[in-house]
Amino acid sequence: MSKQVIVNALISAVTFLVLAGWLLGISMQAEPGGVQLVFAEPSHLHWLWGGMAAVFFGQLFLPNLFGKLRSGVSANKPSFKLPSMDRKGGNLIACFVLAGAIIWPFMVSRGSVDLATLTLIYVMLGLGLNVVVGLAGLLDLGYVGFYAVGAYSYALLAAEGWGFWTCLPIAGAMAALFGFLLGFPVLRLRGDYLAIVTLGFGEIIRLLLNNLTELTGGPNGISGIAKPTLFGLEFNRKLKDGGFDTFHNFFDISYNSQYKVIFLYLMALLLVVLTIIVINRLLRMPIGRAWEALREDEIACRSLGLSPTVVKLSAFTIGAAFAGFAGSFFAARQGFISPESFTFIESAIILAIVVLGGMGSQIGVILAAIMMTVLPELAREFNEYRMLMFGLMMVFMMIWRPQGLLPMSRPHMQLKQEA
Amino acid sequence: MSLLLDVTGLTMRFGGLLAVDNVALRLHEKEVVSVIGPNGAGKTTVFNCLTGFYQPTSGQIVYRGEHLEGMKGHLIARKGIVRTFQHVRLFKDMTVVENLLVAQHRHLDTNFFSGLLNTKRFRKSERSALEFAKYWLDKVGLTEFANRKAGNLAYGQQRRLEIARCMVTRPEILMLDEPAAGLNPRETEDLDRLILELRDQEDVSILLIEHDMKLVMGISDRIYVVNQGCPLADGTPEQVRNNPEVIKAYLGEF
Repeated sequence: MSKQVIVNALISAVTFLVLAGWLLGISMQAEPGGVQLVFAEPSHLHWLWGGMAAVFFGQLFLPNLFGKLRSGVSANKPSFKLPSMDRKGGNLIACFVLAGAIIWPFMVSRGSVDLATLTLIYVMLGLGLNVVVGLAGLLDLGYVGFYAVGAYSYALLAAEGWGFWTCLPIAGAMAALFGFLLGFPVLRLRGDYLAIVTLGFGEIIRLLLNNLTELTGGPNGISGIAKPTLFGLEFNRKLKDGGFDTFHNFFDISYNSQYKVIFLYLMALLLVVLTIIVINRLLRMPIGRAWEALREDEIACRSLGLSPTVVKLSAFTIGAAFAGFAGSFFAARQGFISPESFTFIESAIILAIVVLGGMGSQIGVILAAIMMTVLPELAREFNEYRMLMFGLMMVFMMIWRPQGLLPMSRPHMQLKQEA
Repeated sequence: MSLLLDVTGLTMRFGGLLAVDNVALRLHEKEVVSVIGPNGAGKTTVFNCLTGFYQPTSGQIVYRGEHLEGMKGHLIARKGIVRTFQHVRLFKDMTVVENLLVAQHRHLDTNFFSGLLNTKRFRKSERSALEFAKYWLDKVGLTEFANRKAGNLAYGQQRRLEIARCMVTRPEILMLDEPAAGLNPRETEDLDRLILELRDQEDVSILLIEHDMKLVMGISDRIYVVNQGCPLADGTPEQVRNNPEVIKAYLGEF
């Protein structure tokens, strides 16, 4: 083990301590003289030390482990091989994580599951925006607009009596359509200019929602949006008029409000897993490579016969579709939406997730989404100070790891071994 | 040898500046034709006009009987006219192989659903693309760097990769803009060999801008000389070398 690895691991551990210490390590106590900062209770500190140890040893051994796996594979392959999702090691880990994520909600409190559902929505949004910003390199500050389109599509269709699973693709398609429409005017723009126009687009959608009172209910929003059902089984205590049956009645168990929360969580998990699979495929398809090529050099793209128009529009469209899915799920989960939920700060948070996670990296985006939603919740006790900490954390992050938590790794293609 | 590309009266005007004035150019099948001239003579502008990056002010560009003027750059590239750039333009953050795969976009199965479902046809098309990429990597001697990021290659290797990236699009005309700039003498010799190989084995015609006279005189079938946007002379290397006007304007007295 080289010195470099140990130093790296140490730096990572200290970074973790500094980042998490703000939130977990100290707490505030109201005393007669005012608020005082004190060390948090031991249970929090244990988590902190445990996390530090995990980061340290993870950094120490993981690179080694992956290096071995990789070199072991490449030794005896006959020819070029496409990078594929089914690398043995990665797949196994993914299965474990997935199994953990499925079992987890049955063991924790309702609040945690609810928060996890929200996190999963952000994961989906982050992954979608990652297509536009991380892969295609198109800085989009109005992503929340597509999220809103998806949410309102579902809310309006559900009011007409449509079910969630029929509305989901429609909401995605609506958002994709808006992404496509936004794509046209910004085809010639790049960088800062593109950012400003997309920012405007997000605001236009929000203002439209606010002012089209007849359709969207204006600032009052839409309430009483139908919750998703499991093959027609509802999760309410009492059956709605004309409903098929309720979940607890059908399976003959006593009613528990937790079922609904867990169901929503599992649904979000399913959507996230689908998103990950689809984007993973996209990355390995010609279109995914074209997005990245466009990010790298538009002129070279053109000189090789790739149409920048098609590539850009497809990135906007597909990115927006994922926001639409996330939006319709969000509406279904909340049961109430209003333009308030789709302000610029949402766009900023989603963008922060992508940048923090590492542009283009999926695991990075997932980790960052978890960080961005869970940490502020953990730090609730700090009240208004938590946004300050949040900002500080981001600043430190950008100083120490400007490439993001887990920068994207290039697919590795096996080379021919001459006999 | 049939005529591939016939350019007549090509003129490019930027406001008051006449960058290219009435340039004519012909390229036949399996021919290496060079365009030479002092810096700022408008050589690269000619290239930009031919590949659709600029819309020429006037003039005709006819490729196999088809007019190309006013056509978009990526459409011209799809017709089989690709180019390299004076300053290497690789996809720097992508690996060497990926660069070659992107270039084969037109020849791949780009159907959205076949890719999403990873169908047999899709895998076959990807595999053949990889094989073809490998063929060209071998050809330009970059096989061992296949999984390196393109931006991390040495300069000479980047130049060769750029040529390979053009070649995997299966072009008919390859336009090289100063391919030898920044190469050492040995690399230039390799380039010399590579260009002739492209012409003789891969059946591409090559249009070349270059300042390295040894390279130009050695491999060109014909040479066009441009000076201050105007055509000055053209002919075989021998004719051009002995043309007094060319010597005065560009080559210098020996």
